[in-house]
Amino acid sequence: MEPVVQYKEVQKSFGDTHVLKGINLDIMPSEKIAIIGPSGSGKTTIIRLLMTLAEPTGGDILVDGKNLWKMEVNGKTKTANEKHLGAVRDDIGMVFQHFNLFPHKTILENCTLPLTSVQKMDKTEAEALAKQMLDRVGLGDKFEAYPANLSGGQKQRVAMARALVMKPKIMLFDEVTSALDPELVGEVLEVIRDLAAHEDMAMVLVTHEMEFALEIADRVLFLDEGVIAESGPADDVINKSENPRLQEFLKRFRSNGQS
Amino acid sequence: MDSALNILSYLSQGLWTTVSIFLAATFFSFVMAFFAGLCRVVKNPLVRGVTTAYVEIFRGTSLIVQLFWLYYAVPMLFGINLGSNWWVGVIAIALNYGAYMSEVVRSSVLSVDEGQTEAAIALNLSRVQRMRHVILPQALRLMLPEFGNYMIQILKGTALVSLIGLTDILYYGDIYRSTNLDEGPLAYLMVLIMYFIIALPLIWLSKKGEKISKKGVAG
Amino acid sequence: MWSWETFIDAFPFVIEGINITLGLTVTSYLLALAAGFIWLVLESTPSRIINFFFHWIREFIRSTPPLVQIFFLYFAWPEVPYVGMTFTPFIAAMLALGIHFSTYISEVYRSGIESVDQGQWEASKALNLSTKDTWMRIVLPQALPPTIPMLGNYLIILFKEVPLAATIGVVGILSLARTYGSNTWAYLEPITIVAILFLLLSYPSALLIRWLEKKMNNRFEKKETKVKVSK
Repeated sequence: MEPVVQYKEVQKSFGDTHVLKGINLDIMPSEKIAIIGPSGSGKTTIIRLLMTLAEPTGGDILVDGKNLWKMEVNGKTKTANEKHLGAVRDDIGMVFQHFNLFPHKTILENCTLPLTSVQKMDKTEAEALAKQMLDRVGLGDKFEAYPANLSGGQKQRVAMARALVMKPKIMLFDEVTSALDPELVGEVLEVIRDLAAHEDMAMVLVTHEMEFALEIADRVLFLDEGVIAESGPADDVINKSENPRLQEFLKRFRSNGQS
Repeated sequence: MDSALNILSYLSQGLWTTVSIFLAATFFSFVMAFFAGLCRVVKNPLVRGVTTAYVEIFRGTSLIVQLFWLYYAVPMLFGINLGSNWWVGVIAIALNYGAYMSEVVRSSVLSVDEGQTEAAIALNLSRVQRMRHVILPQALRLMLPEFGNYMIQILKGTALVSLIGLTDILYYGDIYRSTNLDEGPLAYLMVLIMYFIIALPLIWLSKKGEKISKKGVAG
Repeated sequence: MWSWETFIDAFPFVIEGINITLGLTVTSYLLALAAGFIWLVLESTPSRIINFFFHWIREFIRSTPPLVQIFFLYFAWPEVPYVGMTFTPFIAAMLALGIHFSTYISEVYRSGIESVDQGQWEASKALNLSTKDTWMRIVLPQALPPTIPMLGNYLIILFKEVPLAATIGVVGILSLARTYGSNTWAYLEPITIVAILFLLLSYPSALLIRWLEKKMNNRFEKKETKVKVSK
């Protein structure tokens, strides 16, 4: 089977700070990957590059074999333009740490916006699909509410429904529970667990929820100082690795009582 | 009291000139403001540079200087006759306040949270769609109170058109005073009151706008 | 058509007025700074009626054209019963512009004072400071610095309104440019000179104010890190 996404020697720096120092990673269709690692290790940057929110400073990212950030024009390789990026973005969805719902639109409008404006679907059809997705995340009774009237957990579930309506091949989760009050984390994880079990799409989770990663991920990556330091089945990485940096990370993590 | 009403009815001959210039100048100020304000947030450095130059030049010189410049210079320099002084007044005011208001547009657009743009990119909205569906509706609320204030400035600015021979409220005020010298104070007071009455809805608008923008973007 | 010869000829003639233009700017600004305080007092008396009255007087002055106010003071004030007197053009323009801008300046003062945390007043009371000490040592030292960029902005805006005084014969740069024009029938060059002079003086000042504003923001708010590094 061909990987749906390939990272080849991908680098990213902000000024003098080298956040990613050569990432090589293949993501297979329907694979569930969790990325863990200390703050500043570049976890979020990895998925932001794939979502085209930031441009890599080196290396290539291939989506379905097509170079995401580069394109050929008359035989010359150029930086991808909006049109080229737009052609790939349809296959990728993302859920953000701070939800980023559109505050001036209702829950339903948040979910229909990409359908009506990007996919040019007609309004009734779009609303039917959006309602179906909102039902799925357990918010079937909130269509007309505005984001400001929802709890953090509800907002994050709307954000997932909004990403789902586009039926992406790859879904990216950027620390989706870290801005939530502890008692609201469960409802969000429940939705992700359901998606992981029933959806065909590949999922990449940047997360601090070790137990959860262990439970749903096919593979766990430990990112440290801009490189993938460990990679393998969840249980192997989290419970059996001898990597001293990883051990220290997990120890500090557990003693903080965050897991 | 009689003479006050007398003066008011005399001044009202200039009302339409003042109001029409105010309305047209406001309309074109908004057009310039959005055009220049959005040009200043695009990627293209040439577009940005040219608009920045326009904004800084018109904010850096004063309205009365710009008005005279257009009045004297444009016909001489470019051989264009703008047709009438009415247009000279409208264009000068619109270019001046358009420059100021474009800053309001620019800063409001920039102050919308970056996460909103990122979410819109993730949903694959095009640049124009992001601006239209996500950024502008939120930025507009932030612009409201400032727009109200600038409309009051535009109204005050219209008084300058009497200097290029247009027959606005102030023009009739001047005529009245020069023929009834001892009634001068009352004449100008009435001129001021007429401007104030036109300004009242604008004052209300800017106060209302302040409330809306403070409430934030949530419906 | 544009002539550099005229430009060079007009320049020394027009620049003669710069002292008057700047002098009028500075004096009316000082008046505005002082009168701004007076509004503040008039609008915070114990009587709500008085406060309301002066609030609307200020609103009236603020929302009506300064040009009309200049005409009022210069042409009509001598006719006002009892208090009427004749002003020189310079004084009339200074009073009109100074009072007009004081209505804005007073708002700046108010925003500065309101930006001081309520807890500062309470703490001063708890320490039993006198009213005078509370104002002079606690409130004003915190309220004034953040207003400096705003006050600077109004100085620049006022500067750009000063050529209105040309209409009643204050001989600043705009007035001289028009005189030159009516003598030689060449208006374009002298008016352009005026525009350039305004730009040369106001643009660097505006840059200075923006720089100051940035510095103030950094001092009074928590600094934001420039580089967004992912977690």
